[in-house]
Amino acid sequence: MRKVVYKGFFVWNFEKEEKWLNEMATKGLALISVGPFRYEFEDSLPDEYEVRLELLKKSVDNPESESYIRFVEETGAEYIGTFNRWVYFRKKTKEGSFELYSDNSSKIKQIERIIGSILFIVLLNIFFGAENIYFMLSLDSAFNAMGFINLFLGAFGLIGIIRLWKKKKKLERDKDIYM
Amino acid sequence: MQNIALTEGVYYILLSLTKPMHGYGIIQNVLFLSKGRVHLAAGTLYGAINSLLEKGWIVALPEEKDSRKKEYLITEKGNEVLSDEIKRLKELYENGKDFLKGE
Repeated sequence: MRKVVYKGFFVWNFEKEEKWLNEMATKGLALISVGPFRYEFEDSLPDEYEVRLELLKKSVDNPESESYIRFVEETGAEYIGTFNRWVYFRKKTKEGSFELYSDNSSKIKQIERIIGSILFIVLLNIFFGAENIYFMLSLDSAFNAMGFINLFLGAFGLIGIIRLWKKKKKLERDKDIYM
Repeated sequence: MQNIALTEGVYYILLSLTKPMHGYGIIQNVLFLSKGRVHLAAGTLYGAINSLLEKGWIVALPEEKDSRKKEYLITEKGNEVLSDEIKRLKELYENGKDFLKGE
């Protein structure tokens, strides 16, 4: 039996997404494919799989991404699929613990990659939002919601970036003492 | 003399690659050497391998036709870094040993 769930996560909640996918796996629903805000599960034994996701460095069809995915597969994990630049893997729990990153510096790099993936669009929204509102006010033109929408989206994204930044700082503090 | 400490992962990767090994082989070997304590995650290992290739401390061996798995081996330069690191670790260990004796 297959089950499809439509659900969305903001990129800065990637850990929440992964936790949810693993809670499904614990219940015996193993992720089998991903799409735009779409997760497809298949029946499995409870706790049969552990699921991990990450943001790839390059686009999915880039040879570097392909070679990375192959590398992870060679370590016994199964490639589930990709959505945007996010890649999903699963591995049978009986084959040992499954992590994609085991040290602080690679975890920090992953967070930097996620920040980098949204920074431009967030700044763009803030910029156009501010510009729109400025012109609306200074030219006394008719009310235009566009600027507020842009500014709202930008501010929302900025909160996400700040969260990721804090997470990164915490890891960096640990790195001063541990590797 | 190289006096910057290697990460635990890089140290064990270099030590493993004194024999040709592919990615999964390295993970298994490091688990074995550390008696299950150090589990290199795939993404971390992949990043480390690429950095080590860039530095010229390891090389990728030519792929065999029937094998899709790439094997790696330590270089002369990598050997030097590794022996310097072992000397540094020895110093750390020796000094720590004296401390324990004094207790």
